[in-house]
Amino acid sequence: MSVGKRGVLAATGLAAFLLFWEAMPRLGFTSSLFVPPPSGLPLTFWYELSGGYWASSVAASLGHYLMGLTIGTSLGVALGVATALSPRLEVLLSWVVRLLRPVPGLAWVPFAIIWFGISERAATFIIIIGVLWINYYAAFAAARAVDRDFLELAEAFGQGGRWSKLFKIILPGASAGILAGVRTGLGQAWMAVVAAEMFGVHGLGQRMMQASSLLATDVVLVYMVTIAALFGLTDALFVLIRDRVLAWQR
Amino acid sequence: MATVVDIRDLTIAYGGGPPVLSGFSATLPERSFTCVVGSSGVGKSTLLRVIADLVAPAGGEVVVPDRGHDEGSRPFALVFQEPRLLPWRRVIDNVMFGLEGMKLSHRQRLTRAQEALALVGLGDHAGRWPHQLSGGQRQRVNLARALAVRPRLLLLDEPFSALDAVTRHTLQGELLRLARETGTSLLFVTHDLDEAVFLADRVIVLGGRPARVTRDFRVSLAHPRQREDAGFIDHVRDLRDALSELMVDGGGI
Repeated sequence: MSVGKRGVLAATGLAAFLLFWEAMPRLGFTSSLFVPPPSGLPLTFWYELSGGYWASSVAASLGHYLMGLTIGTSLGVALGVATALSPRLEVLLSWVVRLLRPVPGLAWVPFAIIWFGISERAATFIIIIGVLWINYYAAFAAARAVDRDFLELAEAFGQGGRWSKLFKIILPGASAGILAGVRTGLGQAWMAVVAAEMFGVHGLGQRMMQASSLLATDVVLVYMVTIAALFGLTDALFVLIRDRVLAWQR
Repeated sequence: MATVVDIRDLTIAYGGGPPVLSGFSATLPERSFTCVVGSSGVGKSTLLRVIADLVAPAGGEVVVPDRGHDEGSRPFALVFQEPRLLPWRRVIDNVMFGLEGMKLSHRQRLTRAQEALALVGLGDHAGRWPHQLSGGQRQRVNLARALAVRPRLLLLDEPFSALDAVTRHTLQGELLRLARETGTSLLFVTHDLDEAVFLADRVIVLGGRPARVTRDFRVSLAHPRQREDAGFIDHVRDLRDALSELMVDGGGI
């Protein structure tokens, strides 16, 4: 299929979807409270924007997102690589990991509130948990899969020290796998942000909860689209950076 | 001639098992080209790794005469059987790998890496990624990486065995030129008898179980050697006979 044809077909799909969505409440199949028509969203967005709610919520959520993502990713990658390199550490942590990993990030909400109150730190904590294990497993598998022959190469050429091996062989060798984990975490973290803020920490999630309690479903929708856009944006940015970092791959 | 390395009564065993190679002794002088031949499993590759101090021998020792402290060179450098280039480094950075452990400025490293690349005829490929090279070119980079550290002894582990015949013959000729130009000694492991006779001035044959040095040939043919010459063919036949005797003796077949 040519690029032009693909574009036309994709646009047709989106248009049909929006048309169907618009038609549902307009033709009386459902109340516009249940399904707010998309044509009303620009105006709602404008109200949110001019009232300052939108910018303030997005800024707050971005703050939680970046903080939680950075800490959770660093922690997960560091732990994953360390475990991959040390059989002793792997065994030591094996049951702890098996116990903690299946617990969903949201199950930590009660503890997050008890430990940190309804605060930014609580939201950040939930996000950290949300991305920690994805990065842990991705980094573990990637570091494990680095060709051991490269380690012999390092030793043969006077680079056999622990840090040389880590920074010149293991981390670059595992970078593709690690970055794949980071990318998955990028999406997970947005889910965690919204969920974490729904219990009252300022941000997109909180604004959505406020709107829904007032049955302002159009406002809820504005923020749903916002999250989708933010996710798309962060993912696109990440892919741009990743492709530059992994330029050596064919 | 000064000695580059003195290998004394080396025994090689895997993981505390019975020895696969025992009583290996050889003194390699400067500017010498020695080939070690033998069937697989006699510990040829491991021998190189023991000399390079990557693997501990089960017995014996490798003595490197002290030449004073030289920051800019290493006593040994390995050329691997497969190119073993780091795919995330450009060609030039792969060649610089061994120089990074030395007390050299970045400029010095770059210059030496460029020289080594030029030596193997890839001076204009410095900015490429390994995956953009052909098999022969990768093996040249493998060689350049080892030459860049200016080793006194170059250890080569069947470096041309995976190449097609034409590329293999070209690289064999180039290796002789490089040996002459750099003045390094070479210890070259192979199971290709033709290759051994083409390259070496001395061929050490390993065989038996555990393997021992069973023959120690001099190859005194003048360079460049012609594979069609009667002398060349005689040498290869001698070598083949020596190896097939071993097969019968050792029950290797």
